[in-house]
Amino acid sequence: MTIGLGHYLTVAAIIFTIGIFGIFVNRKNVIIILMSIELILLAVNINLVAFSSFLGDLVGQVYALLVLTVAAAESAIGLAILVAYYRNRGSIAVEDINLMKG
Amino acid sequence: MYQAIVFLPLLGAIIAALISLAGAHARHPGGTPAAGTEDHAHGPVDESHPHEPHAALLASSAEPRTQQPAAAGGSRPSELVTTVLLFASMLLSWVAFVDVGFAHHDARVTLFPWIISGDLKIDWALRIDTLTAVMLVVVGTISAFVHLYSIGYMEEDPHRPRFFAYLSLFTFAMLMLVTADNLVQLFFGWEGVGLMSYLLIGFWYQKPEANAAAIKAFLVNRVGDFGFSLGIFAVFALTGAIEFDTIFAQAPALTGKTIHFLGANVDALTLICLLLFMGAMGKSAQFLLHTWLPDAMEGPTPVSALIHAATMVTAGVFMVARLSPLFDLAPDAQTFVTFIGATTAFFAATVALVQNDIKRIIAYSTCSQLGYMFVAMGTGAYSIGMFHLFTHAFFKALLFLGSGSVIIAMHHEQDIRHMGGLKDRLPFTYWTMVVGTLALTGFPLTAGYFSKDAIIEAAYAAHNPMALYAFWATVIAAALTAFYSWRLILLTFHGSPHDYHHYEQARESPLVMIIPLGVLAVGSIFAGFPFQDLFAGHGASDFFRDSLKLAQENGILENMHHAPYLVTVLPTVMMAVGFVIAWQFYMRRPQLPAELARQHNALYRFLLNKWYFDEIYDAIIVRPTLWLARVLWKGGDGWLIDGFGPDGVSARVLEVTQGAIRLQTGYLYHYAFAMLIGVAAFITWFMFGGRIG
Repeated sequence: MTIGLGHYLTVAAIIFTIGIFGIFVNRKNVIIILMSIELILLAVNINLVAFSSFLGDLVGQVYALLVLTVAAAESAIGLAILVAYYRNRGSIAVEDINLMKG
Repeated sequence: MYQAIVFLPLLGAIIAALISLAGAHARHPGGTPAAGTEDHAHGPVDESHPHEPHAALLASSAEPRTQQPAAAGGSRPSELVTTVLLFASMLLSWVAFVDVGFAHHDARVTLFPWIISGDLKIDWALRIDTLTAVMLVVVGTISAFVHLYSIGYMEEDPHRPRFFAYLSLFTFAMLMLVTADNLVQLFFGWEGVGLMSYLLIGFWYQKPEANAAAIKAFLVNRVGDFGFSLGIFAVFALTGAIEFDTIFAQAPALTGKTIHFLGANVDALTLICLLLFMGAMGKSAQFLLHTWLPDAMEGPTPVSALIHAATMVTAGVFMVARLSPLFDLAPDAQTFVTFIGATTAFFAATVALVQNDIKRIIAYSTCSQLGYMFVAMGTGAYSIGMFHLFTHAFFKALLFLGSGSVIIAMHHEQDIRHMGGLKDRLPFTYWTMVVGTLALTGFPLTAGYFSKDAIIEAAYAAHNPMALYAFWATVIAAALTAFYSWRLILLTFHGSPHDYHHYEQARESPLVMIIPLGVLAVGSIFAGFPFQDLFAGHGASDFFRDSLKLAQENGILENMHHAPYLVTVLPTVMMAVGFVIAWQFYMRRPQLPAELARQHNALYRFLLNKWYFDEIYDAIIVRPTLWLARVLWKGGDGWLIDGFGPDGVSARVLEVTQGAIRLQTGYLYHYAFAMLIGVAAFITWFMFGGRIG
């Protein structure tokens, strides 16, 4: 069985779906939400690289690198926020983070 | 000169007001406090700034630390300035009196145009004729001596600059009233004195009774002023003018004219006079609108003497005299005036019989004497009414100031049942008050004798349908007057003291209070005889000329002199009867009054409660008004307007936002879910809708 574009896209779609569900089903920990976002971005990257490879266009891979950089920066900032938040409120449980409630 | 007479008091009032404001500012450096808190705020303010120069300098040793020293500092200058200016005004008034009354130099001083609107042209002008000159003398003299007296009477009050500013401003308004050249200017002065009366009755605004009395006086006067202003409008509607000269010139042409009023055609002049008289009834506390005057005694005693005895309450009499050419053409209105005057004279005298508050007795006495004046006005003897106004001002102011001296000596005790035996303690006050009482009761050759007897004779001689009623009412009232006046004197100054503590401490008043008493006592004796011919005799036509409708023309003065001898001595006899009864009751058999009161309990209670007028008005006017106001407030304003207006709208807005708030859970995954739905919706739209769009 040759591995074609469809397989890559399927894997990407599965990872993307896991990421989405990770955000919604998870009610405990904010870190898991961050990880879910990483998964979503990863799924997008797989798509980009897959299309780049199959279409012979390098721009897609360059773009994937850009997304990786942004994802790294984002998770760094997100973790920093989490640390600060934990110091202030003593908890990072998702149920407790409802300051925006009207 | 006339400008000086009128405006010197105004100048004094302004200066005193500035001093008062400065004092208030010094007391409250932070800014102007609410009026009600003024007296409670002084403690902390003064103590927190002990280094403040004026607070330290002006705290005189005589005054306790708790009183506002800042106000006391400016008091002396304000007293001096206002009093000196008033005395200057008084002297000029006498000069004007001689100049106008005897040298016949009537004047009309136009100061400046006031209102120009269509047909209505009003100049601000001073009209000086004999009638005005008489009033100038009365107002100037009484006011000057009341100012002098107040320096002593108000000595312990921290708000003296304000008091003197009010007094002077009152005098200005009163002078404006008597020098008015047209009805609107008269109305200006009229309302001015009403306002100052309100402020002065409520001068001790910490006392709830004083506030209530002030509001009552103001409201009752509004009833009268409503009629008065309607009268002015009617005059303007008919004559197109409000200057006195123009109105009087047109008045004869108005007889027989009718005016449409309340769905009926009524005689125009009668209606106008009745409406104008309604104003006079309010201001002069006549029957039905009298209830405010006794309550007005809550004010300081000098105020009672100046405003509620000598000057303001006589404004109604003055107004009728000023408009005598109109009233003389409206016999029906005159009959009404006579009726009201006679009823007031009798009614107020009966109430005064049983009152126990020294000032209220004199207040009812004032009411009764004003009734006499209106009897004179109603019977057409205008000059005689003015005569009684003139003499009454002296002895009634004297009685008030004397009672003020007693009240001060008794440490603000006003119930005559708690006094007694004071004649040894307050000999000067005693003798001056006796003089005032003699004049009031009409003892031969005192001032009241000439004017009051003349009124009774005029009532006898008049051809008015109410004249006979007025004659008997005034004669009986003369006996009642003698009784209650001597009752006051006997209970206060004779007998044995009822309160030894106060009796021991009672001291004669200081010189500034005694001098006015003395001067007014002299006036009470000599205001009668020298002026009798001018006011009530053959000199009247030469004296008054055309400033008022003269009694000669309608024959009253002539008929009076032909009254039977019995009629002329009747008032004196009645006075003696009243005195003898009072002597019997309170000197020889002191247990008799109590016995009598027990035997005729119903009558006694009826009189003690002032014919239940306050209760009746309370039941038929005050309560329904309050009820209506409550309905409109709770139902109309609270339920209807607020419920559907501002409160309703804000409640709806709140409900909507409550719903919106429920959307905002604050949970991260809810927001993320919303974003995802949105993204999905957009993508769906791009994929399927975009082509169609």
